[in-house]
Amino acid sequence: MTNKKSVATISLAGCFGCHMSFCDIDERFVDLVELVEIHKSPLTDIKGFEKRVDIGLIEGGVCNDENVEVLKSFRENCDILISLGECAIMGGLPALRNNIPLKDCLEEAYLRVPTTPHSQNIIPHHEDIPKILDKVYPCHEVVKIDYFIPGCPPSADSIWIALEALIKGKEPQLAGVMSYD
Amino acid sequence: MNKLSKNTKKINILLDGKEVEAQEGENIVELAKRHGIDIPVLCYYEGMGECLGTCRVCTIRWKRHHVSACTLKAEEGMDLTIETEDLKDLRKALIELLFVEGNHFCPSCEKSGDCDLQHLGLKLEMTVPRFHYRFNNRSINFDADKILFEHNRCILCKRCTHKFEDDNGERVFAFKGKGSNLSVEMNIERANGLSEELVDQVVELCPVGAILKKGKGFDRPIGKRKYDE
Repeated sequence: MTNKKSVATISLAGCFGCHMSFCDIDERFVDLVELVEIHKSPLTDIKGFEKRVDIGLIEGGVCNDENVEVLKSFRENCDILISLGECAIMGGLPALRNNIPLKDCLEEAYLRVPTTPHSQNIIPHHEDIPKILDKVYPCHEVVKIDYFIPGCPPSADSIWIALEALIKGKEPQLAGVMSYD
Repeated sequence: MNKLSKNTKKINILLDGKEVEAQEGENIVELAKRHGIDIPVLCYYEGMGECLGTCRVCTIRWKRHHVSACTLKAEEGMDLTIETEDLKDLRKALIELLFVEGNHFCPSCEKSGDCDLQHLGLKLEMTVPRFHYRFNNRSINFDADKILFEHNRCILCKRCTHKFEDDNGERVFAFKGKGSNLSVEMNIERANGLSEELVDQVVELCPVGAILKKGKGFDRPIGKRKYDE
C-alpha cells in the first residue's frame, strides 16, 4: 500500500480559474504525484468519496443547496479543508449579487435579458435543478475551514507552497506570494 | 511633513525599550521610521501635516493605553510599545474589520495593486478576516462628470473630506449621517469644476478605490502597479 497523502478538489460557485492555476504548477506535478494521489476531483473525474482524504481544496463560494451538500461532504471526508481563492474565501464576484434581491436577479437573468427568445421567458425550475440561495456565502460560514489561500486566482506558487507544507505536516507560509486579485 | 527643526528641543524616548533621540513634538510614525521601525498606516501619509487618526491601524501602546501613533507627538521620557504580537494582531483585526464592513472585491477593483488597504492586508498576512462579511448595501455615485464615488469601497478615512480642496479653497467632499449610516457626500457642482490635475490628485489621495476618474479604468498591467513587487 502507498503512504502517499490523498487530495480531493471541487469547484462550487467558481469559474475553475483556481483549478487552472493549480495546473500552473507545471513540472512540479511530477513532484506532486510522488507525494500525493488525487482522489475525488474534476481533474480525475472521480465522483464520490470512496475513502477518507487528507486534504480537500475548495474553489468557489456557496450559492445553491447542492454547494452546501457537497461542501459538507468534503468536511466530513477530509482531514484538512482549504478555501482556495477569493470566491471560496468571501464569495468573490458571484457575491456581487448579495445586495440584490434574489427575485430581481432571476428576473434579470431569465426574463428581462435581451438574448432570451420571448417565447422562452421562464425562470428554470425543476426538482433536479439546485435551489439557488438568497446570497453567496463564504465556505467558512457553512463549514469549518482549516486554511485559506487568497487570490483570484491564487498563484501556482502559493498553491504549491501551501500543499507542499501541509503534505509534509508543516504550517503553510504564504507571506510574499499571496494576493487578493 | 514632520520636518526636524534645529530649534526644536532634543529629547530621549523609549521605542520598544530602546532609547532613541527625538525632537520634541515629532510625529511618532516618522520618528519610528527614522529608527527602523515600520508602523503600518492607512489614513496617514507622509507630508499630510496633522493626521486625523481615523483608522487606528497605527495603534501602539503608551502608558498602558492604546493610542494612534500618527496623532501622537514625542514628549520627554515617553515609553512606547510598538512591535508586540498582540499589537500586531490588533492592527490586523482593524484591517479585517474594514474588509468585512465594506464590499471589497479586489479582483474587479480598478485600484487593485495600488490600494493601501489591500497592501496592508497582504503585509499583515491576512488570509481571511476573522469577522463575518456584512455585504452592506451601498451605492455608487455617478452624478459628477469627471469622478465617481464608490461607496462600497470607502473606509471613511477623512482624507478627501479634510485634506482636499478645489481651486477656490472649497471642500468638495463632506461626511453625512452618523454611526453605521455615515458616508461621504460629494458636492457635484464643485466636483465638476475640478481641473484634470486635481481629479488625478484626489484619486491618488484616496487610499482605496472609492474615488475614481471616469473613463480611466485599468491603466497598468499586473506587475507594474504601485505595490507590485
